[in-house]
Amino acid sequence: MSHPHDHGHDHHHDHDHGHDHDHGHDHSKTFRPDIPDELTYYKKLEIAVRELLIEKGIITPEEVRQTVEAMDRRSPEGGARVTARAWVDPDFKERLLKNGTEAVEELGIKMGPTKLVVVENTDEVHNVIVCTLCSCYPRMLLGVPPDWYKQRAYRSRVVKEPRTVLKEFGTEIPADVTLRVHDSTADMRYMVLPRRPAGTEGMSEEDLAGLVGRDTMIGVAVVDRKTSPS
Amino acid sequence: MAQHRFQPGDPVTVVDAAPMGHVRTPTYCKGKSGVVERVCGRFPNPEELAMGRDGLPEKSMYRVRFLQTDIWPDYEGPAEDSIDIELYDHWLTPAEKGA
Repeated sequence: MSHPHDHGHDHHHDHDHGHDHDHGHDHSKTFRPDIPDELTYYKKLEIAVRELLIEKGIITPEEVRQTVEAMDRRSPEGGARVTARAWVDPDFKERLLKNGTEAVEELGIKMGPTKLVVVENTDEVHNVIVCTLCSCYPRMLLGVPPDWYKQRAYRSRVVKEPRTVLKEFGTEIPADVTLRVHDSTADMRYMVLPRRPAGTEGMSEEDLAGLVGRDTMIGVAVVDRKTSPS
Repeated sequence: MAQHRFQPGDPVTVVDAAPMGHVRTPTYCKGKSGVVERVCGRFPNPEELAMGRDGLPEKSMYRVRFLQTDIWPDYEGPAEDSIDIELYDHWLTPAEKGA
């Protein structure tokens, strides 16, 4: 199928791009500078250590690439599967709350060197996760953290005024529900087990997993039947 | 054999110190009292790991639950709101019950 812009009009650039993009707009108005790729101290350190490890034959460039690819492949889908299973299987939920690390392994998710603590939202307690010291995050279950999770504003404010911060996320926690913040300061990783919304009794485990978004497992949102993640 | 100095339910106070180097005790809970929520196990000491050493002997690590109103005197919210923080054994001292 031919692209409608490829042929048949007389617009042309007066400079040679060496490739055939041929859309009709003025580049002087759309120009954006490249993101500056500044070599900071820690970037240089990373490159130096990586190149040294490769030179000494301890790791290969292919292994580095594979590891980055595997890290990027992780997504909140893992946590959503865990949540849906806990909703439909009370025994699994009990194991999950008792020992999260072992329970998620039943679903093929390995935590690695850190341990998993799963905290359950109920009609009496709402949980929210933060790491004030850096940005510890259950990547095995939720993938790459959102930018706001790593920013100072969230990290410093959610421990001190969690209800205000949640309100800014559109999540109002009633005064008769205890709000519990979990500061992930050391060797544990946390996942919130959100409440199962009403009216989902007949749904399959797979469909339930489709309702569970990343933010509900961090605790800044609640699962709503109508606002499932896209 | 008591493998861990504290058990769930024990009241503890966080040591108010500011040693040199890498620590994983947030400043906002130093000197504050809470209750052990659970024992997480034994882990290499991160303060030693950060110095390139082996972090041994391992330290017991606990999750301690604090009332928000104890951490932040001007906390705006229900008195039951709480915050759980992971703390290593050497940062904790026993506190009085109900303190």
